[in-house]
Amino acid sequence: MDYSSFLQMREEFSLIAVLVFLLIYDIFAGEKALKYFQPVALVLFAAHTVLNCFPREAFEVAGGMFQYVPMQTYVKSILNVGTLVVLLQAHKFLNEDANRVKRGEFYFLTLSTLLGMYFMISSGNFLMFFIGLETASIPMATLVAFDKYSRKSAEAGAKYILSAVFASSISVFGISLIYGSTGTLYFNDLATLITGTPLQIMAFVFFAVGLFFKISLVPFHLWTPDVYEGAQTNITSYLSVISKGSAVFVLFTLLIKVFGNLVAQWQPILYGLAVISITLANVFAIRQQNLKRFLAFSSISQAGYILLAIISGSSMGMASLVYYVLVYMFSNLAAFGVLSVIEERTGKVKLDEYNGLYQTNPRLSFVMMLALFSLAGIPPFAGFFSKFFVFSAAAAQGYYVLVFIALLNTIISLYYYLLVIKAMFLNKSENPIETVKSDIPVKISLVICTLGILLVGLFSTIYTQIAAISFGM
Amino acid sequence: MNFLSLFVLIPVLMMMGLFVSCSRKQLQIVMTIGASLLMILSGILTYMYLTDRAAGNLATMLYTADTVWYAPFNIHYSVGVDGISVAMLILSSIIVFTGVFASWKIDPLPKEFFLWFSLLSIGVYGFFISTDLFTMFMYYEIALIPMYLLIGVWGSGNKEYAAMKLTLMLMGGSALLLVGILGIYYASGATTMNLLEIAKLHNIPVAMQYYFFPLTFMGFGVLGAMFPFHTWSPDGHASAPTAVSMLHAGVLMKLGGYGCFRVAMYLMPEAAHEMAWIFLLLTGISVVYGAFGAIHQTDLKYINAYSSVSHCGLVLFAILMMNETAATGAIMQMLSHGLMTALFFALIGMIYGRTHTRDIRLMGGLMKVMPFLGVSYVIAGMASLGLPSLSGFVAEMTIFVGSFQHTDTFHRVLTIGAVSSIVITAVYILRVVGKIILGPMQDKHHEELTDAVWYERLSVGVLIAAIFAMGSAPFWISSMLHESVIPVVSQLIK
Repeated sequence: MDYSSFLQMREEFSLIAVLVFLLIYDIFAGEKALKYFQPVALVLFAAHTVLNCFPREAFEVAGGMFQYVPMQTYVKSILNVGTLVVLLQAHKFLNEDANRVKRGEFYFLTLSTLLGMYFMISSGNFLMFFIGLETASIPMATLVAFDKYSRKSAEAGAKYILSAVFASSISVFGISLIYGSTGTLYFNDLATLITGTPLQIMAFVFFAVGLFFKISLVPFHLWTPDVYEGAQTNITSYLSVISKGSAVFVLFTLLIKVFGNLVAQWQPILYGLAVISITLANVFAIRQQNLKRFLAFSSISQAGYILLAIISGSSMGMASLVYYVLVYMFSNLAAFGVLSVIEERTGKVKLDEYNGLYQTNPRLSFVMMLALFSLAGIPPFAGFFSKFFVFSAAAAQGYYVLVFIALLNTIISLYYYLLVIKAMFLNKSENPIETVKSDIPVKISLVICTLGILLVGLFSTIYTQIAAISFGM
Repeated sequence: MNFLSLFVLIPVLMMMGLFVSCSRKQLQIVMTIGASLLMILSGILTYMYLTDRAAGNLATMLYTADTVWYAPFNIHYSVGVDGISVAMLILSSIIVFTGVFASWKIDPLPKEFFLWFSLLSIGVYGFFISTDLFTMFMYYEIALIPMYLLIGVWGSGNKEYAAMKLTLMLMGGSALLLVGILGIYYASGATTMNLLEIAKLHNIPVAMQYYFFPLTFMGFGVLGAMFPFHTWSPDGHASAPTAVSMLHAGVLMKLGGYGCFRVAMYLMPEAAHEMAWIFLLLTGISVVYGAFGAIHQTDLKYINAYSSVSHCGLVLFAILMMNETAATGAIMQMLSHGLMTALFFALIGMIYGRTHTRDIRLMGGLMKVMPFLGVSYVIAGMASLGLPSLSGFVAEMTIFVGSFQHTDTFHRVLTIGAVSSIVITAVYILRVVGKIILGPMQDKHHEELTDAVWYERLSVGVLIAAIFAMGSAPFWISSMLHESVIPVVSQLIK
């Protein structure tokens, strides 16, 4: 057997190299060398990001177990940039005395979930897919419970692992039914073998639950607010952007590649899920006082908007989905970045504690405002463009009513985003949050996000690049 | 790059200039230079436009330029102007210019105020120069969002409530609008987002128009304060700081009328014909109801806000009459109302800054202590109730002459109803003038008040000059508008 074809999996190998190197470095390096652990890790990961951002020709490895299409490079690059931003934001947290011993683990676990997502994205077989899914979720549970002395964090970890395992077991059951009815797990063969028998429809529904859980759509969202609240903020942001972004892309490719013949079944399912996810999450978000829970619900409703791109199943849908994930990544990470800086320095996460933030922290409030406006879809920020394209993709297939419902929901979402902006800019406070100083890595991360929010929409090249290699049914 | 883009570029440069300036003096310099440049630019544009037309250039839009922006969606950055846009650009420039002087001493946070103010003007200018549906919509939304912070931070009264209400209602309008725009784009074959090309294709199926025309019209109608979506206007305008009320009532509400005319009716004429009666009824109600609403108010800003509902209702009302005369009148009414409502809000802001009340029951005899402001207020009032030689008369006369050209009972009855609003307008204007400007002094503290200072006089003077100019020499502007409404109206008559 010729193993040289494996070398084509360049992204994966490069990530594994970084990962293994960091693990060995953390274990064997002396006290002195460990001082440079984080800078080295960040530089290595940045190098990995830069080296792997150019799409290549499509190929298959291991008889179709691993399938690569150029689009995956963009998705993986988005995940890389997002992870880099999260790692930059976590820099200070990991330098604290209590966490310094654990930072090797932090990097190792984060990067192995990323590796799992890589495999999940590039899988060409349900087994490969499942291994990727599990590699992405089990280390995630340990990350959620990273702060083992905090009750909330431990509770969140337990909640996450229980619901993740439950969801993936249902998913595996679905996969087994698929195998039972068709006799194969390769995506290439399944495309024609899945014809829409009742058993296959049931299999699809069971299978999809696992992904819906990861994307945290209503009604599979119940873990989200608790886990987001309990986990350390940087991990929450990782969870809300990277984990979700990979899952929506995989969902899209599986729906068009494997379940293309079930389109009449999955479109109504997604329609319903989109409507209730957006609406319920918006309604719940209004009532939140804790900003982490608030952003949790906001991220659920954002996931609902992404479904509008998925439901179209067209190549326009895929382009707008990837673009949406990119913009969502910048906006959400900016919001979480500000949140984590303030939480770490002052411990404040409540909405009314943010009153008068602009007086003391004008820059942070400004970034937060940009992020929230972008999430709400206000021009000239990138969020406006991504929302427009997603709606456009759905409208192209004639889903005007769905677009209309989603648009009405953007008004509700604007209301609660404005509540935060109101707290920061309009409300006066007796004792506002004191001026916090953010360290250089956080500043870099916020600058990256701000530039992303401001420029990704105005310069059309990014979207055009994505659209050029997207594909649909 | 086309020189029309300067209208967007100058405010962007103004924002950059504001960003680096560090004293109030520098802010004022940046704003004055920027606003004057915009004024000069719109003057040059008007001159060029008129000479080009006189030289026989018959294209629908002049100075068009087109750059591909998002090719997969056929989104172009395309600009171009016709007489209507030129008129609106002059209006915007005048109001931005006077707005700067009206907020000369704004407090607190002057830097942030002018930054948001400039962003607002980017939205307004961009909207009027765009001929691409997407770009137009984008600018429309850019103009909406600074309002929240402008009202919320610098407003007065129940400002947080008003800011939230205004933002959410206008965003609701833009939600309707976005569905409409997507519908227009896909129903016309998804080949172009350019207004003129879609109008030329003229291929939106009538069955689709029945869905998308009302959505688009209502979407813009919300901003044009069409009944029953007008409720944001009184609260919003009453709470907003002076310059923002001026810009919002003076220009932003015109985005609604302009959009209804340029997008909804131009692109979907068949549905416009069928459904005009519904909207005629609604706007007819706006006209009369707004005027009656104004009678009941005791707060000066509320009076003017309700009067804006009435006057802007007249704009939409005239557009829906679908003939050249009425449509010309509608655009003239936009101009005239923009100028006089800006003048009103500027004066109210100046009076409020001195008396610290806007309640008409607590004021009286202000003419004695501030003759300049008093006389200006009377002039604004006269323009509003349609005194000949002031702008209001020209506009309203054209509208009613145009509306009465319809010979059927429905249109005639509605026109008569709308005409009656003039009488009601006279009631509330004269009542206010009699009460606060003339009459005995109500409050002896008011005796020590001072008259307008130079920057206030400049702001008011420019607006009054414009109102006089339009009222006494309406011909050049009405002929410019007349030939520009013809393409739209002929589309409707076909």
